Amino acid sequence: MSTTRVLIQLIQDDRVGKLLLTSLLVVAILIPVLNLLVPETSPYHISTYVVTLLGKYLCYALLAIALDLVWGYGGILSLGHGVFFALGGYAMGMYLMRQIGDRGVYGNPELPDFMVFLNWQELPWYWFGFDQFWFAVLMIVLVPGLLAFVFGWLAFRSRVTGVYLSIITQALTFAFMLAFFRNEMGFGGNNGLTDFKDILGFELQHGGTRNALFAISALALALGYVVSRYIVNSKFGRVVVAIRDAEDRTRFIGYKVESYKLWLFVVSAVMAGIAGALYVPQVGIINPGEFSPLNSIELVVWVAVGGRGTLYGAIIGALLVNYAKTFFTGAIPEVWLFALGGLFIVVTLFLPKGLVGLYQQLREKYLASRTA
Amino acid sequence: MKALDQLKETMRRDRVFDFMARSGTHPVHAGKIDTSHGPILYVENINVSFDGFKALNDLTLYIDDGELRCIIGPNGAGKTTMMDVITGKTRPDSGTAYFGQTMDLIRMTEYEIASSGIGRKFQKPTIFPEHTVFENLELAMNMDKGVWASLQFRLTGEQKTRIEEVMQTINLLQQRNTAAGLLSHGQKQWLEIGMLLTQSPRLLLVDEPVAGMTHQEIEHTAELLTSLAGQHSVVVVEHDMDFIRSIAKKVTVLHEGHVLAEGDMDTIQNDPRVIEVYLGE
Repeated sequence: MSTTRVLIQLIQDDRVGKLLLTSLLVVAILIPVLNLLVPETSPYHISTYVVTLLGKYLCYALLAIALDLVWGYGGILSLGHGVFFALGGYAMGMYLMRQIGDRGVYGNPELPDFMVFLNWQELPWYWFGFDQFWFAVLMIVLVPGLLAFVFGWLAFRSRVTGVYLSIITQALTFAFMLAFFRNEMGFGGNNGLTDFKDILGFELQHGGTRNALFAISALALALGYVVSRYIVNSKFGRVVVAIRDAEDRTRFIGYKVESYKLWLFVVSAVMAGIAGALYVPQVGIINPGEFSPLNSIELVVWVAVGGRGTLYGAIIGALLVNYAKTFFTGAIPEVWLFALGGLFIVVTLFLPKGLVGLYQQLREKYLASRTA
Repeated sequence: MKALDQLKETMRRDRVFDFMARSGTHPVHAGKIDTSHGPILYVENINVSFDGFKALNDLTLYIDDGELRCIIGPNGAGKTTMMDVITGKTRPDSGTAYFGQTMDLIRMTEYEIASSGIGRKFQKPTIFPEHTVFENLELAMNMDKGVWASLQFRLTGEQKTRIEEVMQTINLLQQRNTAAGLLSHGQKQWLEIGMLLTQSPRLLLVDEPVAGMTHQEIEHTAELLTSLAGQHSVVVVEHDMDFIRSIAKKVTVLHEGHVLAEGDMDTIQNDPRVIEVYLGE
C-alpha cells in the first residue's frame, strides 16, 4: 500500500516526531508496568493517582494539538475550543451514566439519578442509544464535528476572521456553559455527570482499567500527532499556512479558502472531542465548568508556551503548564492564576515562538559560535 | 415590464437561468473560454462607488485574446478597482463583466474566477512569506485545487520540471529553498510573476510589476511580459512611462473611473485631454 509507505516516510523525515512517538510508546508500556507489576514498597512504583494524572495530561496534549492545527497552522485563533472537548466528554459521560443502570442511589434501571431527582418519568430522546458503546463513540466524533461544521460554515463563509472570530468562539463556549448549567437541558445541570461505575464492563476504579485508559490516551495522542503531521505536511497543510499568511492571495490563485478553513476546523474539533471523551472516564466527572471560557483560554496559553505551528510544541506546552498547575495549585494555590497570567505575558512579549522557538534560537546560536 | 425583461433573459442562449443554477455553481468550465468573437474580456458600463465616491464611472473596456494592454492613469483613476471587479473582490453597483462569451464574472466568486483562468499580480507584492520559493510556485500551479485533491497531492516529475523552468525564467533558481519572505523587493515581484506563470491563466492582470526594480530587472520584466502575450492576454497597470513605452502596443488611459483615451503610445501622448490630466503634469 502506498499510503503506508507515505506514512512511514512521513515519520522517518520527522526527527522530533520519531522521538515523540517512541517515547509515547515506551510510556504507554512502562507506566502500567511500574504501576501494576512493581511492588508498592519499591521506589520505582508509580501510584494509580499519578497514572490517572498523567493520562489526564495526555488528553490535554491531544487537545493542544487540535488547537495548534487551527491556530498555529490555520491562523484561526479559537478561544472556544473547550466546547468541542466538553461535548466529546459529555457524549462519553452519557454512555458511562447509562452503564450505571440500577446501581444508582435511586436504583432506577433506566433513568440516571439526577433525572429521578428531578421527577422525570422517562428518558429524554437525546439520551437514547447512549447505552451502546458504538453509538457513544459515533456521537463523540459526530457532535463536535457537526457543531464545528455548522459554526465554521457560517463564520468562514461570511469571512469572519481575526479577533471577531475569536470573540464569537468565546461566546459559543459561554453559551454552551449557560445552557448546560440548566437542569431542564437534561445533562445533569450544575453537577454534571458523575458517579460512573464501569466502561465496557470494566470497573473504572480498578487499577487495570485506569492503566488501560492511560495507555489508550497515549496511543490516541500518538495517532493524533501522526494524523496532524500528515495533514500539515500535505499540500493541504501548505495551503492552510498560505491562507494564514495571505488569505486574499490564496483566493486569487484559485483556492476555495472557506472550504479549507472549514475542514481544518472540523478535523480539529473531532480531535478535541476524542480528547474530551478519553478525559472523562479518567477524571470521573464532566460538568458545565468544562465549557468555561477560562478553560479555552488556558488551552491557548499551553500552545503559546510550547510554541505554535510545530505540533510537538503544543504537546510540550500542555504537559509543562499542566504540571506547573498541579504543582502550584497543590503548594500555593492563590498564586496559580497570577503565574498563568504572567506566563502568558512573558511568552507573548519575549517568546513569540514559545519554548520550541527558544530552543531553536539557542541551538542556532550555538552552531553559529562553533563554526565561527 | 419586469416580467417581460425576465422573459427576454430566458431567451438568451448563452445564459444559464438563475433559477436553474445552484448557487455557487455557475457555468464555469476551466479552459473552455469562448473567444470566438475576438475579445477575451468584456467589461461594460461598470459603476462602483465607495461612500458616494465614484471609483468607476460607466467603465467600458474590451481586451482581445492574446493582446498585451497597458493601462495608465493618475492616482484614483480606478485602475486597481477595475482589477478588483474583474477578479471578484469588489462587486459593481451596475454593469456587466464577461470572461469570454459565457462566463459572468459578476456572479462568480474569487476562486471560481481564478480557476477559470484569470490570474492577478497585486500592486504590493503578495507572496507566501513562510513558504519557500519552490512551494510558492507549487501552490500557484494550475491543478485541481479542491480540499481532497490537496490532501492527496503528490508532485509529478512534469510539474517539478515546470516549476524549475519558471525558477530559471525569473532568476530564482539559486533561492529555490529560501523562504520567500527573505527575498528582496524586486525578487518578490518576480516571484509573484513566476506564480502567475505556473498558474498559467489565460488572462493576466498585472498591477505595477516594476515598482522597486532596478533598470536591468525592468528590462527583463518587459521581455518576460512581451513574450507572454500571444498565448496569454496580459493587462498591465503601470506608472513607469519608460516601461510602458518599451512594451506597449495599445494603451488605455483611465481618468476618474472611465476610459479617457485608447490607442497606441504616440496617439495617446499627443491627445490633448490626456496631456491635460496626466502626462502634462
